[in-house]
Amino acid sequence: MVATVGALLRKELLVELRTLESVPGMSLFAVTTFVVFHFALNQNSVSGDEAAGILWVTLLFAAMLGVNRLFVADQDQGGFDAFLLAPVDRSAMLLAKALALFAYLAVLELVAVPAFGLLLLAPPLGQTLPDLLLVLVLADVGIAAIGTLVAALAVQTRARDLLGPLLALPLLVPVVIGAARASSPLFVLAHPTGPQVRWLGTLALYDLVFGLISYAVFDFLLED
Amino acid sequence: MSSRTFPPMNGRGLRALSIATVAAIPIALALVFFYAPIEAEEGFLQKIFYLHVPLAIVTLCGFVLGGLMAIMHLRTRERNWDLRSYVAIHMSLIFGVGTLITGSIWARGSWGHWWVWSEPTLVSFLIIMLLYATYQPLRFAIEDPERQARYASVFAIVAGAFVPLNFLAVRLSTEYLHPRVLGSSSNLPPKMAFTFLVSLVAIALLYATLCCYELTAKRSRMLLKSRSRTLGFQ
Repeated sequence: MVATVGALLRKELLVELRTLESVPGMSLFAVTTFVVFHFALNQNSVSGDEAAGILWVTLLFAAMLGVNRLFVADQDQGGFDAFLLAPVDRSAMLLAKALALFAYLAVLELVAVPAFGLLLLAPPLGQTLPDLLLVLVLADVGIAAIGTLVAALAVQTRARDLLGPLLALPLLVPVVIGAARASSPLFVLAHPTGPQVRWLGTLALYDLVFGLISYAVFDFLLED
Repeated sequence: MSSRTFPPMNGRGLRALSIATVAAIPIALALVFFYAPIEAEEGFLQKIFYLHVPLAIVTLCGFVLGGLMAIMHLRTRERNWDLRSYVAIHMSLIFGVGTLITGSIWARGSWGHWWVWSEPTLVSFLIIMLLYATYQPLRFAIEDPERQARYASVFAIVAGAFVPLNFLAVRLSTEYLHPRVLGSSSNLPPKMAFTFLVSLVAIALLYATLCCYELTAKRSRMLLKSRSRTLGFQ
């Protein structure tokens, strides 16, 4: 299992490195969205709830771009068939894709969070970075689990580009609630405090429940 | 396909269920308007509670039931379970629209706004409706019928599990601005609680009856199609 996941993950990352189809687009989209928010809100800097909202809306929509493209190559170029021919556990595909999506999200945030700090965020980012990192990791696990499942569902449909975000956004509302509420005290101007435990708990519970559910149902999407 | 693949048309059961529903709804309405006392704070408007809350409960139970039937479909691979799951979710969507409309009217009447973000149950309900609104677009965007049933089942299971978790997350996120009038039925006066229970039974019966009618209609159509195919019409 570990070797299979490793091989699949290596393939995913190699394909992404050579084609650069997802991650650069996601990062560019995030930076552009910050510029759009600057003009749409007519504000030079934001803090508190507003800052958390802008950051998470941007990250979520950028993640949708990656989710939409996650299985397109496998569907169009016969990757699914080749994988199904191999005598390996099918859950390996879920794990490898989710890990790949997690890696894409990590790179996206490596670009988007400093850009957000530079362009829009009023309080300095430095002190609160460890706390923010924890929130980002917890939210990314949930987005990767649900994103992979939804991508696999949507890729077989006629309107796949439309259905991916339509399915994923309501499912990810609890992640947005948890992540935005957890990161808004980090962005206040006066005395930033750490994230509240209940929001981290909500995110962790979501990750656990939907990680397990994705694992349980993913096999059924790969039978043909 | 032989007629053995389809269970009998549930004719007798359907008749009994229909009669029970037709009897239960006027009884529930009579209790709501003539038996239950007028609530002190909200007055007559509070009567919508006997429609709105049972609708919401039946809708959510229908969604979760659809998920359980989808689990049965994936385990047994019987098309019937997928059909039941589809009908349960379809009917819940219709009841859900009713819930949102009655909830909106109630919010307008008691708080002065059509939409209230501080009421976590209403907000969670909207999110769940938005999610289930993609069930049919997803289902009918897949052509192969076997794959369609399988993918719809996966969606129904994930969404069914999402229902309770979403309620938890939204409830956590809301500070209670409004006093929760009649938040739970445990502190209702006995006359109101009885009326509420009868209304709940009536709405649940209505849901079950409509589901059975839709199931029977779908099965008859499938039967007709397969019969006309064997007879060579087409």
